[in-house]
Amino acid sequence: MNTSILILLVLTSLGLIFGFILAFANKKFAIEVNPLIHIVEDVLPKGQCGACGFAGCAAYAEAVVLNADVPPNLCIPGKEPVAKAVAEMTGKQAAAVEPRIAQVKCAGSKENAVLSHEYQGVQDCAAANLLFGGQKTCKYGCLGFGTCVKNCPFDAMTMSEEGLPVIDPEKCTGCGKCETVCPKHVIAMMPLGSKVRVNCSSKDKGVTAKKACKAACIGCSLCMRQCPHGAIEMQNNLAVVNPAICQEKCTEALCLTKCPTKAIRPVILGVVPGTEDKACAGCQ
Amino acid sequence: MVKSFRGGVHPDDRKRFTAAKAIETMPVPDKVIIPVRQHIGAPCAPIVKVGDLVKKGQVIAETQAFVASPIHASTSGKVVEIADYPHPVFGCCSAIVIESDGQDEWAEGLPLTRDWRTMDSAAIKNAIRQAGLVGMGGATFPTHVKMSPPPEKKLDTFILNAAECEPYLTADHRVMLEQTDRIITGILIAMKALGVKEGYIGIEDNKPDAIEAMRKAVDNIVELSVVPLKTKYPQGAEKTLIYVITGKEVPSGGLPMDVGVVVQNVGTAVAIANAVEKGLPLIERVTTVTGGCITEPKNLLLRIGTTFEQAILFCNGLKEQPAKLIMGGPMMGMAQSTVNVPIIKGTSGILVLSAKDVNHGEERPCIRCGRCVDACPMGLIPSMLSILGERGKFQEAKAEYDLLDCVECGSCVYVCPAKRNIVHYIKLSKAQNAAMAAKK
Repeated sequence: MNTSILILLVLTSLGLIFGFILAFANKKFAIEVNPLIHIVEDVLPKGQCGACGFAGCAAYAEAVVLNADVPPNLCIPGKEPVAKAVAEMTGKQAAAVEPRIAQVKCAGSKENAVLSHEYQGVQDCAAANLLFGGQKTCKYGCLGFGTCVKNCPFDAMTMSEEGLPVIDPEKCTGCGKCETVCPKHVIAMMPLGSKVRVNCSSKDKGVTAKKACKAACIGCSLCMRQCPHGAIEMQNNLAVVNPAICQEKCTEALCLTKCPTKAIRPVILGVVPGTEDKACAGCQ
Repeated sequence: MVKSFRGGVHPDDRKRFTAAKAIETMPVPDKVIIPVRQHIGAPCAPIVKVGDLVKKGQVIAETQAFVASPIHASTSGKVVEIADYPHPVFGCCSAIVIESDGQDEWAEGLPLTRDWRTMDSAAIKNAIRQAGLVGMGGATFPTHVKMSPPPEKKLDTFILNAAECEPYLTADHRVMLEQTDRIITGILIAMKALGVKEGYIGIEDNKPDAIEAMRKAVDNIVELSVVPLKTKYPQGAEKTLIYVITGKEVPSGGLPMDVGVVVQNVGTAVAIANAVEKGLPLIERVTTVTGGCITEPKNLLLRIGTTFEQAILFCNGLKEQPAKLIMGGPMMGMAQSTVNVPIIKGTSGILVLSAKDVNHGEERPCIRCGRCVDACPMGLIPSMLSILGERGKFQEAKAEYDLLDCVECGSCVYVCPAKRNIVHYIKLSKAQNAAMAAKK
């Protein structure tokens, strides 16, 4: 009986002593943190995607609160509401966030793309790219190992059976993480209102590009000549759409009518790239 | 007693196919494809045009960069094309195509006669650069750069890497038997240029005839001695070789010159002798064409720019369906996607393996058995490096697991029961770290 009372006494007093030490240390060595940082951080989407240019949501919250030069509209996944909320909290001028979405600029599906060798190494795009730039004859196309899918912070990507990534427009926030991890740079961010997109990244000359992939842009420039607004230009054997002009002026998408390889496609969000024909026969 | 190092593996050496076969000279092909980049460092730019007539040994591509090596025509004829061609290391590279005129005429003034004993160090190094010499073991580092250490590094030892520890390859072995005197001359020239007084020739003890031949040749040369090494892979990796022979350890992230050592390959030694004594550029090399699919494996003296296909056909082609084509040895060589790639200065072997030789198997998760740790000659933890590479923790691999000390010898992959692509994960981690460093 005595022993148990003794144990109880000793432990209680130890607890009290350490408690006071901790309480004292908490007061004495407290680090002043602006409480606003935590409030702002709570508003951010916590994807930790890095689209803002900071190491993560916490780092951006700290920067936007403490640094007057950091604008409140850098969080792309958060879109308008988050930008507004952050602007309000930090007392900064609210600015618009242009909504954007990821697009895969390649139609080199298993059926379309020709392989140069059989790859047996690590199943990762960056790893496959180390060996002669990947297993496809086209050195610009999607390698299809889904490194973008694995890295998507918002679970907005899946691999199709055709061997190309598919973007879920409902979930894609346009953060651009996939763009940075893709070793081939076939993923790019496009404004949500775009009407057409070039579904190819090959800078090879027409003959070479066509040999490597049935769906390649062969650089014939027919689309450029069709467009009455001059929204399309040719860069390194590849058609490039100027999204600003296209969004603003285009009404009938004439460029889609003449493409011999169907490399320029209407934007139909949520459809597997390269299979638009099967999905929607009526849109042309 | 034969010397050895920690770790390593014992693969079946498969040298029996070609070890007893004398080097054969392959006739000059009708057309040679010569890439403008055959070394580590800055690429060369072509200095000839389509339609130009060139002579054998004439410089056809050059650059002013220091870490680079000029490219020479490997036969006389007409330049018919300068275009992108498949390359065995870089995948695709600009190449100069020369159609042979059948004369195989040397450029004016070649070969010349020089006495290296009267030449000073700078003249020797200059002759080596002019001749376009690179490390012929496979790494293709420009030889004149290796031989020009910064003044604060004092060199004291020269090592001839004659281990040839890669299975299948016998090119260096045959050169040691057939061109023994040229090798010795090459070593002595290099030692004079470097000002070192001590030279070793490290040979694995699975080549007793080569040890015997080299011993006989260095009999009355006091500076040189032959060191028999235990047959174990990777005995010929630069850092293990230095450790085994001199007992010195190259510091992490350092070069052999940090411990006062220069290592050269057998083929490079012969090329040094030819370049300095005769002014001959590096336009041909000895390559072993072998593997389970080759009808008649051979050691060939080939012109740079001969395609793999031509070399394989000279060995009477393939006897069965190949599963893998490799440039170099099976442990560290590069897999190729086409036989239309040309032989470059670093092509020590052409390996055509059958499905039976290539037991790939399915990659499985690491079971932490630790066999790779026992096998690693650099004392690393390959299992952790592969796991970190798989999970994308590239910086952690570099900071905490000495990623950059890996020499990519493949011993870990050889022993891994889970068939993990450890070296591939390591290469990926290195590439990602380099990309991150470049971004900053």
